[in-house]
Amino acid sequence: MASLREQFEVTGTMRTWSMGLMGVGILAFIIGLITMGFSNDVHEQAIFWGTVLYNSIFFLLVANASMFFICVTTLAHGGWQVAFRRIPEAISAVVPVFGLIAIFVLFYCVFGLNHGDHHPVFHWMTPGNDPLLLEKQGFLNATFFVVWTLLSVGLWWYLGMRMRKLSAETDKPMDLEQGRKWVWNNTVMASLFLVWFALTVGSTVPWLWIMSIDAHWYSTMFSWYTFASSFVSGMALIALWIIYMKNRGYLEYTTSEHLHDVGKFMFAFSIFWTYLWFSQYMLIWYANIPEETIYFKHRVDGPWSGIFYLNLIINFVCPVLLLMKRGAKRNYTVMTFMAVLIIFGHWIDFNQMVMGSISKEHVPLGWLDFGILALFAGMIIFFVGRNLAKAPLVAKYHPFLKESIIHHT
Amino acid sequence: MALKRFVVGCFDDEDVLFPAVKKVRNAGYKIHDIYTPFPVHGLDHAMGLRETSLHTAGFIYGITGTTTALASMGWIFTRDWPMNIGGKPNFPLPAFIPITFELTVLFAAVGMVITFLYICQMGPFVKKHHFHPRATDDLFVMVIECNERTNVNDLKGFLQSAGAVEVDYQVAESGWWLGRYDQEQKLYAEEPAVV
Repeated sequence: MASLREQFEVTGTMRTWSMGLMGVGILAFIIGLITMGFSNDVHEQAIFWGTVLYNSIFFLLVANASMFFICVTTLAHGGWQVAFRRIPEAISAVVPVFGLIAIFVLFYCVFGLNHGDHHPVFHWMTPGNDPLLLEKQGFLNATFFVVWTLLSVGLWWYLGMRMRKLSAETDKPMDLEQGRKWVWNNTVMASLFLVWFALTVGSTVPWLWIMSIDAHWYSTMFSWYTFASSFVSGMALIALWIIYMKNRGYLEYTTSEHLHDVGKFMFAFSIFWTYLWFSQYMLIWYANIPEETIYFKHRVDGPWSGIFYLNLIINFVCPVLLLMKRGAKRNYTVMTFMAVLIIFGHWIDFNQMVMGSISKEHVPLGWLDFGILALFAGMIIFFVGRNLAKAPLVAKYHPFLKESIIHHT
Repeated sequence: MALKRFVVGCFDDEDVLFPAVKKVRNAGYKIHDIYTPFPVHGLDHAMGLRETSLHTAGFIYGITGTTTALASMGWIFTRDWPMNIGGKPNFPLPAFIPITFELTVLFAAVGMVITFLYICQMGPFVKKHHFHPRATDDLFVMVIECNERTNVNDLKGFLQSAGAVEVDYQVAESGWWLGRYDQEQKLYAEEPAVV
């Protein structure tokens, strides 16, 4: 270890790429807004805002999954991740930005698209005398939606910020008393975040934000399924950043052993996602009750069947076959390919979750989707890069740093 | 199987064991095996053992299970005894997935356990020579196989200089046998070192 490069510097290429992608994204957003968002056709408006909606929710949940990963490993007394812990921290620091975007888009979808007698995205806003929607009004109403959305994003941001502050303290040496206090604070903060995460991402938030688009339909598996989607993409994003930093010569302490374990997370949670997906699908398929099968009818048989099966192939078959071997999880090329594929696959998954309900007759996947995707990819490169440059890349006085350096799988 | 001659060195510290393994291998001695009270990370690499193929075997057992489940259920419900269950097709793939999954896991798990036992020559009533009883307690027991050119006394001294706390010379059955330990005591016999 001749020279330990402690501080990340944002390179010119990175800035160019992020600016380029964001420019393409903003251009796509503006063109979409003019041609579809301001259109007189309610359906066109719904497609435009739905596209922005699923992208902002997906990338917010993916960024937030990084903090979930940090808190879970903290609470499990896992030391192996300390060598690259600043990467998930930098990713999770994007939550306030993406959170604000998601809050704006969600509120616009709820209130801006309300046409009084009907609502093209969130039908529960205009229940009329629909008995099912009236029954659900205790959960699906505008006040609860606003309060719970603000509270969810606010606490993810606040508790995540506290965790990052605690992590910043490990850059300086501590005495025994301070160290004990630090471990206690870290544990408490991680537990609080996880409890709140379970109450939001693990249950209510996907119901409220995504499932309520099909206001008549319900599935208790839905939140876990969404969580699995976002967590496996979050791990893929962490893997991408690790590989990028390693290729640029940073993170000397992070070896293929660490990448191997991140790869195991990607592999295992791809299977976990499939397990939840299948549990939801099979029960509905088996019981065959019309009010439940309505969700899958046009997805399996109708215009969405291509995306439906593509979703399973990308998110289950590919990871199982390509990530199973030990060598694959240690190979930068395979891991990069799989990480991009997994993020793309779960992006497609969110696409069919939201757009499959807004536009049942045809698949609106096109330039707008990829434009907004470019916008968020650019923002991730821009903000994560900037956050990484703010703090040293290795927490020198973290109690588990040595454990992480000698980590061996 | 045959009786073989072994020099046994016992270490009480992992940090001494690893350099000793390196020294012994560099000196050209053949390590028969190292018996440890618990799994020691990285010892297989230090000893130069090849990567295990157990996972490949597990994969093959797994897909055997998948094929067995799908083929048998498919044959039963489409050829042998087709039944109308809740109006579902005769080959309802989603309904078969849980059983297919269970059989995959069962075949892989049982197959891997049996393969593991076979490779390690373990099983009910199968006995192997114990080089040192404290290998199950607190000692790392390194067993070196002697050939006709090995100078046992030199090797003993070499092990002691490498940090072994106990060194002895044993002539023992190298393979496994069926039987009981209390009637096979003769195999745990120490012979005077040949100079």
